[in-house]
Amino acid sequence: MDEVKIDKEIDARGSFCPGPLMELVRNLKGAQVGQVLAVLSSDAGSAKDIPAWVEKAGHELVRIDEMEAGVRRFVVRKRR
Amino acid sequence: MPRIVVLGGGVGGTLVANLLAKKLRKRAEITLVSATPRHVYQPGWLYVPFGWQEPRSLSRSLRSLLNRMVALEIAEVQGLDLEGRKVHLPERDLEYDYLVIATGARIVPEEIPGFVEGAHHFYTEEGALKLQKALKSFRGGKVVVGVGGLPHKCPPAPLEFTFLLEEYLSREGLRERTEITYTYPINRVFSIESVAQIAEPLLQERRVRIETFFNVESVDPERRVVTSLEGTELPYDLLVMVPPHRGARFLEGLPIADAQGWVQTDRSTLQVKGYPGVYALGDATDLPISKAGSTAHFEAPVIAERIAAEIEGREPDPRRSHYDGKVNCFLEVGHERATFLAFDYQHPPKPPAPSWIYHYEKLAFNKAYWYLVPTGVV
Repeated sequence: MDEVKIDKEIDARGSFCPGPLMELVRNLKGAQVGQVLAVLSSDAGSAKDIPAWVEKAGHELVRIDEMEAGVRRFVVRKRR
Repeated sequence: MPRIVVLGGGVGGTLVANLLAKKLRKRAEITLVSATPRHVYQPGWLYVPFGWQEPRSLSRSLRSLLNRMVALEIAEVQGLDLEGRKVHLPERDLEYDYLVIATGARIVPEEIPGFVEGAHHFYTEEGALKLQKALKSFRGGKVVVGVGGLPHKCPPAPLEFTFLLEEYLSREGLRERTEITYTYPINRVFSIESVAQIAEPLLQERRVRIETFFNVESVDPERRVVTSLEGTELPYDLLVMVPPHRGARFLEGLPIADAQGWVQTDRSTLQVKGYPGVYALGDATDLPISKAGSTAHFEAPVIAERIAAEIEGREPDPRRSHYDGKVNCFLEVGHERATFLAFDYQHPPKPPAPSWIYHYEKLAFNKAYWYLVPTGVV
């Protein structure tokens, strides 16, 4: 059912706040508008920080996947 | 005789080399490689822009701080052959049985367009003196203080700088004519939540504007505007930004380093992942803790104990061979007050109410550093 193709996945598991968010920021900076990035995070704080940043920065949070225990995958499309 | 090579002459490298020399005496050959012959106390740069610290008193001869049994080689590391256990120096290769990577962090202001031309910082002696000159001729206007990238050395420094700047401007009679804005890349004023909780009301009390989720994209020195990736534009008359940081250049592209050049390090043993006998500490690691001298100070005994035990053919002392993430640091809040942060992997800091006691302790520590830290007295 995965309609959105992920162009790049960043594994930030094991990294603590603000590690996963900063990885996403860094990678989106280098991406093209329209590309879809995913970041894997095992840090609980990401559930709040990443969606808030994506909204503020004007990108699109495509979805959040619940992976193995305690790990989430945030799928983000670069909008601008 | 086993050969130990320590790369870096900052807090971590100097202390590991001295602790190993004390433990092993003549049972190992210890060489420390440093790019410069001076050991610099970098936290002191924070005070230089205000004229409150003479930069000359912030460095000493590295040789004078090292145990006589440590050989010092002044050279810039060109590369590392992890399989062949060799360090490439400009003139020769240095073979090792044990390697300690303590090469710190370097600043890369050129990674942000316009930063070099438009922004000031206090992350080098030269930068701090340039900022001192700019502050001397400053007559009021908009000051933006912020962070050009995470992680960076001394996480509290941009907060401390903002508080000290507010004090400085008040003393100079310029506070009423100045608007101060503090920016931070994430959605609070500091990465550690408990510290953000005490810092934010203090910033508000000092009438500092706060702009969070501000990841610097570029600086326009002509228009005097700093723009964030999030699309916010801030005009400035004086811009003070912590530059982005990376690990040492020779590490980039090696299998032990991540994309920013930070060394992938075990959080407890401090062994470089996948390479027994190779350790990393201080700013050079990818550990999710403060890049600060204090971190290196608490990590160094773990590495010294592990290497010494292996050379002596014994088990490492379990109480001294694991790093628990301990970091201590002061946080200046201006007007001769400071607070104190003590934390580890399991326990976030619970900063006490700011007091003059911590401020004077910090000033005393800045002076006592030379006698206490590099030689391993504390």
